[in-house]
Amino acid sequence: MTTEDDDLEREDIELALFVQALQRRHGYDFSQYAQASLKRRVRQLVAQLHTGTISSLTGRVLHEPEVLPQLLEGLSVPVSDMFRDPAVFRVLREQVLPVLASYPRINIWQAGCAHGEEVYSLAILLDEAGLYERSHIFATDLSTNALQRAREGIYPAREAQQWSRNYQSAGGTRSLADYYSARYDLLKIDSRLRRNVTFAQHNLVSDKVFSETHLVLCRNVLIYFSSPLQNRCLDLFRDSLVRGGFLCLGLRESVDFAPAADDFAPLDADLRIYRRHSRPVEA
Amino acid sequence: MTRPSAIVIGCSAGGLDALKIVLAGLHRQLSLPVLVCCHSGSATVDLLRELLARVSALPVTEAVERKPVCGGIVYLAPAGYHLLVEKTRHFALSADARVCHARPSIDVLFSSAAEVWRDGLIGVVLTGANADGAEGLLQLRRHGGCAIVQTPESATASAMPQAALDLAGADHCVSLDAIAPLLNQLCSTS
Repeated sequence: MTTEDDDLEREDIELALFVQALQRRHGYDFSQYAQASLKRRVRQLVAQLHTGTISSLTGRVLHEPEVLPQLLEGLSVPVSDMFRDPAVFRVLREQVLPVLASYPRINIWQAGCAHGEEVYSLAILLDEAGLYERSHIFATDLSTNALQRAREGIYPAREAQQWSRNYQSAGGTRSLADYYSARYDLLKIDSRLRRNVTFAQHNLVSDKVFSETHLVLCRNVLIYFSSPLQNRCLDLFRDSLVRGGFLCLGLRESVDFAPAADDFAPLDADLRIYRRHSRPVEA
Repeated sequence: MTRPSAIVIGCSAGGLDALKIVLAGLHRQLSLPVLVCCHSGSATVDLLRELLARVSALPVTEAVERKPVCGGIVYLAPAGYHLLVEKTRHFALSADARVCHARPSIDVLFSSAAEVWRDGLIGVVLTGANADGAEGLLQLRRHGGCAIVQTPESATASAMPQAALDLAGADHCVSLDAIAPLLNQLCSTS
């Protein structure tokens, strides 16, 4: 056995102990996360916190509860862009919102909102469709640090150009700059887009459905989960959605292999936008 | 090195033409998986897949998360996602931050594959205008894998193979035309 093989084996033990410590000490269960990405993120935390080894990081999990928010931030959903994958937001604008408009109240759940880029993208779509006043967006994430950032809605101004292009490709008719104010090298999202947004902590591993919704957005979150946890999430989304409600996943995610697949039909299969069947599927 | 069980290939600028030559030259009987990370600005790899499939000796497909890695197939990393391999030899995707300004990143694929196949992995760095792949090739060699780098002089963009040579070195540094024959030879059953 080479030194590297030996190192890998030791690291696997360290990772398992780290996961166990997080769960037993703080109640956060990462055991059903896909291993390759989890290990990568834990290694990044080791580098970021200069602990040298995963074991030393585990020591901090056990003895320094104040480090928890930073750990959860490092282990949860990565940041996105405004109107990332513009084609998706175009279909939301052109095909999904007109259906949602038939409801007197519109509830939307974005699961894994990270820093909120897609929350505000949705808010802009709703605003431009004249639906914002009767809509509510529940933006949830595992990480309280991420939620705080999302709530602030402050982003590096260097993103503005790309985001504007995305907004235009997504069918935006105004200027994205109408929705933020720029100062120095930062841009701040207009606070009126936040009025009907609730940012709240929610753990897809252990928490339940909290509201009836008409659209669930959960993009690039499921790729980090093992199959059983993916299935749990899709069950959760189905149970939260009204009949005829919409589910929007990341471009390389799918409901196809999950038990809940039977409950959904694709609205746009390529863009991973699905619709919950409007009546129970006959056995 | 033990008998090879997988090949990873990384390329960037000029990668399409280089990949065509490599994939066209592989033996049809090649029974191991070939995982390719090619930087492109496109939103999908559909066109890349189609162009490569026309000339490739092996079927070319986009890697799908949670699907098993099968031999005799060329897998492309999807646009906008890092491609990783689980210990169970299933694909995994990640939307984590770019590495070396790239997603998919060659470093991420090579490092992840190196931990799975260890000394059974062959890594190939082709043409490219940045330094992605160098760190990954270093990890691959640390795990006993075999490193092949295209000679910078034969590359459309020399920066990537040069960076790989500078950081990781190579077991074989050969011209583009010689890469497929070398892979066939390393993977032959004899």
